[in-house]
Amino acid sequence: MTAMQHDPAYNFAYLDEQTKRMIRRALLKALAIPGYQVPFASREMPMPYGWGTGGVQVTAACLTPEDRLKVIDQGADDTTNAVSIRKFFERTAGVATTEHTNEASVIQTRHRIPEAPLGAGQILVYQVPIPEPLRFLEPRETETRKMHALEEYGLMYVKLYEDIAHNGAISTAYAYPVKVEGRYVMDPSPIPKFDNPKLESGAIQLFGAGREQRIYAIPPYTQVVSLDFEDHPFEPSKADHDCDLCGCGTSYLDEVITDDAGGRMFVCSDTDFCAARQAEGHRGRLSGEDAA
Amino acid sequence: MTPLLQVRDLTKRYGARLGCGDVSFDLYPGEVMGIVGESGSGKSTLLNCLAGHQPPDEGQVIFDTRAEGPVDTLTMSEPERRMLGRTDWAFVHQNARDGLRMGVSAGANVGERLMAVGARHYGDIREQAVDWLSRVEIAEDRVDDRPRAFSGGMQQRLQIARNLVTGPRLVFMDEPTGGLDVSVQARLLDLLRGLVREMGLSAIIVTHDLAVVRLLADRLMVMKSGAVVETGLTDQVLDDPQHGYTQLLVSSVLQV
Repeated sequence: MTAMQHDPAYNFAYLDEQTKRMIRRALLKALAIPGYQVPFASREMPMPYGWGTGGVQVTAACLTPEDRLKVIDQGADDTTNAVSIRKFFERTAGVATTEHTNEASVIQTRHRIPEAPLGAGQILVYQVPIPEPLRFLEPRETETRKMHALEEYGLMYVKLYEDIAHNGAISTAYAYPVKVEGRYVMDPSPIPKFDNPKLESGAIQLFGAGREQRIYAIPPYTQVVSLDFEDHPFEPSKADHDCDLCGCGTSYLDEVITDDAGGRMFVCSDTDFCAARQAEGHRGRLSGEDAA
Repeated sequence: MTPLLQVRDLTKRYGARLGCGDVSFDLYPGEVMGIVGESGSGKSTLLNCLAGHQPPDEGQVIFDTRAEGPVDTLTMSEPERRMLGRTDWAFVHQNARDGLRMGVSAGANVGERLMAVGARHYGDIREQAVDWLSRVEIAEDRVDDRPRAFSGGMQQRLQIARNLVTGPRLVFMDEPTGGLDVSVQARLLDLLRGLVREMGLSAIIVTHDLAVVRLLADRLMVMKSGAVVETGLTDQVLDDPQHGYTQLLVSSVLQV
């Protein structure tokens, strides 16, 4: 929760005002048509594509000096990607940052939705590698756009069919396609399907794909349905364990290999959630050993 | 009886060149029509214009839809035309790779059309896919194999199954037996003849192989340089060709 000094060599939040304005227009359009991919003139950012250039641009367009920013990568606040993006905005915008989900007004995320429920007044910004859910089934962009326009989503089910035919169940575990407000089929970015039910929330959810130059959004309290078959319904899944640090049985877990003799531990992927539970006195199987 | 398909003065030009000119015909339910001609005579252009893959410059293609009766498909909205393309119409490409999704299993290829018209029950889709694969003589244990693992003849049969699964009323075929060896051709033709008769399909078959039309087609249209030069019942045209080009075509067939 430190407010760093804004480096005056940069415009607020790095991007110039015209660019932020252009992105905001795309964001407004995206919010008006939930799930629709709005093209925008993505800029070169001082980081490589694939590190969250889309999310950073959306965050930059949303930030105000009063905001409190949280950045997570795979649920963790302390991984390289999260740390460097947080530092980037501390320096270029001078905004306050936090690691606590409920204190943050803007959360940029990669591959996870925080465990703590989000509510009104919060914005969740996703980093998206491939915005087009149909891309690997139909490589032609002209054709996929037409399929979205004409609501021809039979092909999306071909993927789920293939999953069941080869694995006996829908094995798609992340980037699980959803239908937003009964109209557009959308790729929720590579979040685990465990997080799909949380896409229906009180927060504004914005998706930015920098390399692909697309922005899309889910407004608060929008219906988001995960696609499935009548006889193979959607099931959010997680590792069948409790967290080894906080003992939580309902959070999404990361598997961590601890030695080369088959030793492993399962820990909450949401570090803030896990730390908060440990502070409340919850303990897991390995608490007190290698858990600092 | 209302014709299933009425074509009126269909013309397609490529710049100054004529693709096909002033083609008119009626196709009745259950009828199979063959279009023959040499390479470059406009057969495929005509077929693509009929199936909505290419916009013709002039003319009408009136299809007798289930819901609204005869409608000009060229003035239909695009969603309607695409819907027609995956329900009442089917298109069998010469090269099976053009008509199949090579990256997904045979079952998914057949099931795609069902899912595209709203089937959402895996068990039912699977059952129909297996049923259709057996009807085109593909063993049930191949249902999860990708078309890449299939021979040319099997790919072509798979393409036919994929097209017929939604029970279309009109099938467009562009050289369905092209590129297959003769014994495979014969089996495929046998299969096609059986399916066409059994389902009461109407079909338009483009080919340069006179044996194919002799076996499958009720009527024949002979094209040369973009124009129709002769039409008639298949046996009549082949046994008693009137136009010089048709005579040449018939006499060019090698006798073994």
